[in-house]
Formats: sequence, C-alpha cells, structure tokens
Amino acid sequence: MNNYKMQLTQEEKDILDGKQGEAMQKVLKSIVLFGEAFGAKRLVPIDGPIHVVTSFGMTGFDAVFNMMDELIGAGLKTKEPFTVDPRPVDFENIETTEASKKVSLDLYQHQEQYEEQLQKLGLKDKDAFSCAAYMKEVGNVPERGQVLSWAESSAVVFANSVIGAKSNRNSGIIELLCGILGKTPEFGFLTEEGRKAKWLVEVKTSKTPNPMLLGSAIGMKVVEDTPYITGLDKLLGNELNNTMKDFLKDMGAATASNGAVGLYHIENVTPEAVDQGRDLLVEGYQTYVIDDEELNKVMASYPVLWDDMSAEPAFCFIGCPHLSLNQIYTWNDNIDLTLKKAGKEKVSIRTILSAAPDVISKFKEDEKAYETLINNGVSLSFTCPVMYMNNPENSKNPIITNSNKMRTYSTARFFLDQEVLNIIVNGKNY
Amino acid sequence: MKTFTGRVVLGGNLTGETVVTRQGFNTLATFFRGLTTGSSICNDQNNPDLYKKEIGEKIVCLPKTIGSTTGGMILQCAADVGIAPAAMLYADHIDSISAAGIILAEVWNGKKIVAIDQLGDEFLEAVQEGQQIEIKDDGTVIVLGFEVEGQAQ
Repeated sequence: MNNYKMQLTQEEKDILDGKQGEAMQKVLKSIVLFGEAFGAKRLVPIDGPIHVVTSFGMTGFDAVFNMMDELIGAGLKTKEPFTVDPRPVDFENIETTEASKKVSLDLYQHQEQYEEQLQKLGLKDKDAFSCAAYMKEVGNVPERGQVLSWAESSAVVFANSVIGAKSNRNSGIIELLCGILGKTPEFGFLTEEGRKAKWLVEVKTSKTPNPMLLGSAIGMKVVEDTPYITGLDKLLGNELNNTMKDFLKDMGAATASNGAVGLYHIENVTPEAVDQGRDLLVEGYQTYVIDDEELNKVMASYPVLWDDMSAEPAFCFIGCPHLSLNQIYTWNDNIDLTLKKAGKEKVSIRTILSAAPDVISKFKEDEKAYETLINNGVSLSFTCPVMYMNNPENSKNPIITNSNKMRTYSTARFFLDQEVLNIIVNGKNY
Repeated sequence: MKTFTGRVVLGGNLTGETVVTRQGFNTLATFFRGLTTGSSICNDQNNPDLYKKEIGEKIVCLPKTIGSTTGGMILQCAADVGIAPAAMLYADHIDSISAAGIILAEVWNGKKIVAIDQLGDEFLEAVQEGQQIEIKDDGTVIVLGFEVEGQAQ
C-alpha cells in the first residue's frame, strides 16, 4: 500500500490493499489522493443525495467509458440513486438543421451507451437529467447540514449557500466515485473554517439588480473566495421563498461561472448568515461595493463574440441553469403580456425555455398555460444550452441568452431579462 | 539557471520544454476539440498565451486551471488519448479540476502527468515560453534556459 497521509479506517486500509477488488481499490485510491491534494485528514460519510455532472457520451471519452465498464463489471453502483446533468441534445423540441444534427449525432455518438452505463451505476430514472436536480419536482433535494459530493458548479453553490448543505466544488467523476464509496474527503466547505467569508460585498444599487449581472460582478471580483453579501435583504426582503430562491439560483450560477464561487452568504437570508451574521467574516476581510455604476461597468466589459454584431438572433435560450416551475410561469406570463402589448401573436425569435424533464412535465399539466406558451411560439426543452453550443454548427449562429453562465462558456450574447423580452417579441434593437 | 521548490502532487523525473500561461488554464476549452480530432493544439480562444500552441508532451507552467467542473475528466481523457502535457507546474495551490484529472489518469489509465504546485508567483514571473525545465520527483523545478544547438543555456 502507498504511504498515504490521510487517517484511514481499517476497512479503508483493506480496500486500498485490494481486499474488495481492484475496481474498489482504484475508487478509494482516487478519492484519497484527491483529498490529500487538499490536505484532507479523513473521509466522512455522505448523508445527502448524489448528483453527477457528466451527462454526455462524447467522442474521445473512451477513458471514462472504460472506467464505467470496470466499475459495472465489479458490480459497483452508487449508495443511493443519483441524478445527472442535462442531456446534450434535443432534436424534438429545438429546430435543427441537417448539418447540425449530423454533427451532434457524431459528437455524441456514444450517448445511448453512456446512459446505459449510468443506469447500471445507479441513475435515478430516465428523467433524472438536470443541472437543477435540487428542484422539488426532480426530488434530489439536500437538507441543511448534509454532506454531499457534487461537482455541477451551479448546484454546488446553491446547495451550500441557499440550503446550507456541505459540498466541495468537486470535479466530475470524483463525485461519482465518492457516491459509490459513500464517503468524501473532509476539507474546504465541509469544515467550519472553510465556510467563512473573505469578502464583504455591499450591494448599494438603486433597485433590485439583475441576478446574473450581480453574480457575474461578484464572481469576477472574489474569484473562488466566499462573499458575505449585504444589502440584498433591503431590496428583496428576507424570506427564502420561491422568488428569492430563483434569484439566488441564477446569481449563484453566475458567481460560479464568471468566477469559481462555491458558497456565498446573504445577510438575513441564507441559513448560516441568519444564524451567525457577520461572525462569518474572517479577520482582515476585503470589501467590494456594488452600485449602479459598477454594474454598468461590468455589463460593458462583456465581449460580443458574434461575427456580425448586428445580426438578427437565430435563437434565444432562457434557462441556464435550468428554470424552476415558478420561472417558467413568469416567463410565459411576461412573454404573453409583451406580445399582447405589441399587438403580435408570436415571438419573432425562436425562443427555448430549458428546464428539468420533471419540471416540464409539471408545467404541461397546466394545459391552459402550456397552450399559451405554444401558441406564442415558445418551446420547452430538457437540454443544456451550453452543450447545444458545443456543436460548432450551432455556435456559429447568433444566439442570445439571459444567462451569464451561457455567455461565459459559449459565443452567446448576453442581455438583461427586459431586453431579452423586447428582442424576442419585437426583434433586434441594437 | 533558477531553482524552485514546490509540493509534489504527482511526482516524477523529467526534462522538457515549457509553454507558459499567465492566466488560468481552461482544461475544457483547451482539449474539448482535440478529444475528437486527436490534436494537442490548445483550442482555448480566450487564452492568448496558449491559443493554437502545441501542448502535448510539453511542460505547462500556469497559475492554476479554471472553467467547467467537467474539466477533470477532460484532462483524464486527454492523457488517455495522448494529447495532454507531460507535466503541469502550478504557481498556486492546485485546483480540484486538474487534481482530479491528473489523479484519474494515473489511477485508471496508467498515464502520468507530473504535477508540482505552490511554486509561487516568482516562478511564473521567471519562466518563459520555450525554455527547458528539469523536474525532480522531490518537487524541485530547475529552469535551465533556452536550448541552443542541443545545449540548454
């Protein structure tokens, strides 16, 4: 056995000696070495739900497919059923050219085989594909204080901050291996010290800021540190209701993609901030003030990666991360109202609202609302907008979005929600 | 010749040529296309230090990696198909993305990417593109200089 620095139980030592087979030995060795890289002293049990980030069976992933086969061959699976990030393609709900379809089918030619592997390793069900699997409709909801091992960055920051669960910002595959072992290395956000804030972020805007823009500003400033955010309770209230959770979901996704934030505290709102207040701030913390001028500066700093800056958008994607049920209703109502005001029957730009399959099913139960959405020319999709843009046939088109995460990881052009509404109803205004 | 000492994440002895990025190394953006084409050219258009440069078998000097948390498996797969660097030398503490990729590649695929972290900002300030570097398995990193007619200077 290697000379590991971590304190190991006898069972863990036996696994590392190969007494539970070679595959399990490799599982634990990967986790121990990963933990030791971050100074973890021991492994701790996972007592919350399992979620996996890698949902796509892409060409060139033989190393992962072979590893999955090795795990399956050894009879291993996760301790509890897991959810996984969204499927990478949706030909059913997103209008696709033959050229684009051909590239997607080639790029993700192993998708079916990979999903079979996921099922054998413990996938919850055929609809368990969402980056926001913590929605109650999907049902993979952690509780405060539970230890998780997640990797999807927008889910990690939501679980840590809004729910008060404890997950490090792990890498893909490591989280799956931890799910199989049922343990994860104890470091970072799993420790009390690791949840302290190094930044005081004072929000002093004249009105409620756009969550994706606010999150972007915070992420770019604090990068991977934890911010303690004040001023939002004055603008949004302090009740952690659905509207607040939606705001924090989107703000968090932007902090995690424009920076690498895994945890934030909102004064008088998020659980640890309610309990501990400014005691969460470390000694010698830094301060960042966000006012209207600062947000305008951040907005103006975004490059536009389109070849033709004045092109008419080919698509609009809303829902990265996946929309909540509440958000689908809000967008549906706002689009309908804006169309009526403009005297129009359908949106001018093909518009996709992305959400978890279970959330979409729930929305479709409301036949009247769904009929309105379809009649207005809007589509619902279960896919990941970022993975849609991984296809070069898609990314060469001018795409707009209200997601700062999608802006960061693709050539999509970012607009604030109200501007998005105006563009999809009335056409471009730039 | 300058010598630096870092922490061994995955040790090894080797000498090779540097590519240097002063900004975060985006694993997904760098290797995503290469996994389908077999090319080890950096494809991250947001990284002017590395874009379109050869990465395979080089020694990448970087602050740390950034980007999507799928990046670990991307690095693992890059190592498996032979388009990954021979070594990665981090000025900062290693991040979870590359730590996972390097460890998964070693444990599951028997492919080693030597990794030394915490070499400090002064390392990244000193090292230049195309220099020869010797890495020792105790975490010593020796910047040898530019290779001229087979001799490092």
